[in-house]
Amino acid sequence: MAFEPVIGLEVHAQLKTKTKIFCSCSTAFGKSPNANTCPVCTGMPGVLPVLNKQAVTFAIKAGLATNCTINRESRFDRKNYFYPDLPKGYQISQFAMPIAEHGFLDIEADGTEKRIGITRIHMEEDAGKLIHDPLRGKSMVDLNRTGVPLIEIVSEPDLRTASQAGAYLRKLHAILKYIDVCDGNMEQGSFRCDANVSLRPVGQEKFGTRTELKNLNSFKNVEKAILYEIQRQTYVLEEGGEVIQETRLWDPTKNRSASMRGKEEAHDYRYFPDPDLVPLIVDDAWIQDVRAGMPELPEEKKQRFITAYNLSEYDAAVLTADLDMANFFEQTITPLKNIKQAANWIMTTLMGMLNAKAIEISESPVSAHEFSKLLGLLESSRINANAAKTVFEQMIETGQDPESIVKEKGLEQVSDQGELEGMVDEIIQENPDEVQAYRDGKTKLFSFFMGQVMKKTRGKADPKVVTPMLKSKL
Amino acid sequence: MAHLARLDVDDELKETLAGQLSDILDYIDTLKDVNVDGVTPVSGAAFMNNVLREDKQEPSPGPDVTLANAPERDQDFYVVPNVVK
Repeated sequence: MAFEPVIGLEVHAQLKTKTKIFCSCSTAFGKSPNANTCPVCTGMPGVLPVLNKQAVTFAIKAGLATNCTINRESRFDRKNYFYPDLPKGYQISQFAMPIAEHGFLDIEADGTEKRIGITRIHMEEDAGKLIHDPLRGKSMVDLNRTGVPLIEIVSEPDLRTASQAGAYLRKLHAILKYIDVCDGNMEQGSFRCDANVSLRPVGQEKFGTRTELKNLNSFKNVEKAILYEIQRQTYVLEEGGEVIQETRLWDPTKNRSASMRGKEEAHDYRYFPDPDLVPLIVDDAWIQDVRAGMPELPEEKKQRFITAYNLSEYDAAVLTADLDMANFFEQTITPLKNIKQAANWIMTTLMGMLNAKAIEISESPVSAHEFSKLLGLLESSRINANAAKTVFEQMIETGQDPESIVKEKGLEQVSDQGELEGMVDEIIQENPDEVQAYRDGKTKLFSFFMGQVMKKTRGKADPKVVTPMLKSKL
Repeated sequence: MAHLARLDVDDELKETLAGQLSDILDYIDTLKDVNVDGVTPVSGAAFMNNVLREDKQEPSPGPDVTLANAPERDQDFYVVPNVVK
C-alpha cells in the first residue's frame, strides 16, 4: 500500500525585545545564571505581569508578513504543567483567542509552487533552562530565559514532503529576519521547530496517528528527521503495526530519533483565562502603524532585484534568500557598473568560501566594502579574473586590502600595447608549426597562443588587449 | 498543601484549615446554580483592556534575591531533584 505523509510544523520564534514579555528584566543571552530574573518572572506570590507593548507590535508584524488576519481582541491563558523550568506551575500563552490567524506562505519545493496555510500565531512566554546532573541526581535551574517573549507559528498540515517542510521553514525564517522581529539564531534557540508527522493511505481523507519530532535545531536536521520518520512509520505500517502517538527526540549524531517516553501521557493542560492579564485590543491605527513600518519582504526584494539589476529569477532568489546576503550584494554593487559580474562572484566565489568554512555571511572575513574594491579592480581591468581569485584568497587569509595585495604580489594586469605586442611577435616566431596549423584552419589553437602570452606575463596579460592583437597578427 | 506552600502548620491547625477549605470549595460550588444564559463570558473582573508597558529595561534584583528562598542552591542555580526519567 502506498502512503502519503502529512506534515505540520510548529515554530517558536524568540522576539527581539529588550525586555521580557511580562516584566522589565533583560532578555540578553548568555548572562550568568538567574541574573535576569525578578519576582514576576520567577512567579513569586502576589506579583502582577504587565504585557510588553513592543512584543505585541512584533507579533502583529509577523502576522501581517505571513498574510494572517490580526484579531482585534486576543487574550492570555494559563497552560498548566508541572516542571521546574516554569516556577509558576503554568505558562502564560494564548489558547482560545490568539493574536493572529488564517495566514499562508507560498513556497517552492520539488520543482513546484505550493501554498502552505498558517493556522495561527500566538504569543507566549519562554521557559527556563535545566542542566541535568545525573551523577548527583540533581537538576540545576536557570530562569534567565523564563518570560522571554515568543511567538508560536503553527502551520496547517499542508506539507507532504521533507523538502517542502524545509522550504517552508527557510521562508518563514527569512521573513522573520527581514522584518527584524527575531534574530533567527537556531543554535541559541531563538528559532525552534517541532514537526508533526503522520502517514495515511493515498486517497484517504482521515489523518493517521501522528508523532511529534523535537530537537530539530537546523534546517538540515528538520528535513533529515522528517525523512527518517516517514521511513520509520512506513515500515511500522507495512509490517502491519500501529504508529503510537508519541514525542520523539532527534539525535543529530546518530541520525535517528528515539521515543521520549515509554508511554505517552495524555496531556491535560487545564487551560483557563489568566485573570492577571486583561484582554488585548488591537485597533486599526495600531495595525496601520505596523504596516507603515513594514520593510521590503523577500518576495518583493526578489522582484526588485530582477527589474532593477536585470538579474535572472534564480540569481535574485539566491541573493535575497537571506537579508544579510541581500544587503551584502547591494553594498557591493553600489560603486560598480558590472552588476552581473558582481552577482556571479558573490554566488560562486564568496558563497563557496562561506560554505567551505561553514559560516554565515554575517561572519564573512571579507566585508562588502572590501569585496567591492576587489571587483572594482577587476572591472577597471587593473587585474584579471585569475589574479582576482588570488587576491580574494589572500584577503581571507590576511584581511589585507585588495589594492595592497595587488601591489605586493605584482598582480597588476599588463595592458601596455607595446609590451604585449613584443611578446606576441616573439611567440609567433617561436612557434612556426602552430602558426601554420592555425592559419590552415585549426582555430582551436588560439587558446594555445593565449596560454603562451599568459605564461610570459605570469598570468597578468589583459585578455581584452591580447585577443584582438593575436587575431590580427595570426 | 502546607508542604507545597512551605508553611509550618501543626496537626491541630491542619484539622481546622482542612475544614475551612472544604467550606470554601462548597461555597464556590453555589456558582454552578447561577443562570448564565445569554451572558457573554469574560476572562477577568478588571473590566479594562490593554494594560501595557514600554519595552524599557529595569535592573533585575539578581540571583541573591531570586534565590533567597531556594531550598537548595549551587552557585547561582536553583537545585532541584533530578527530573529526567
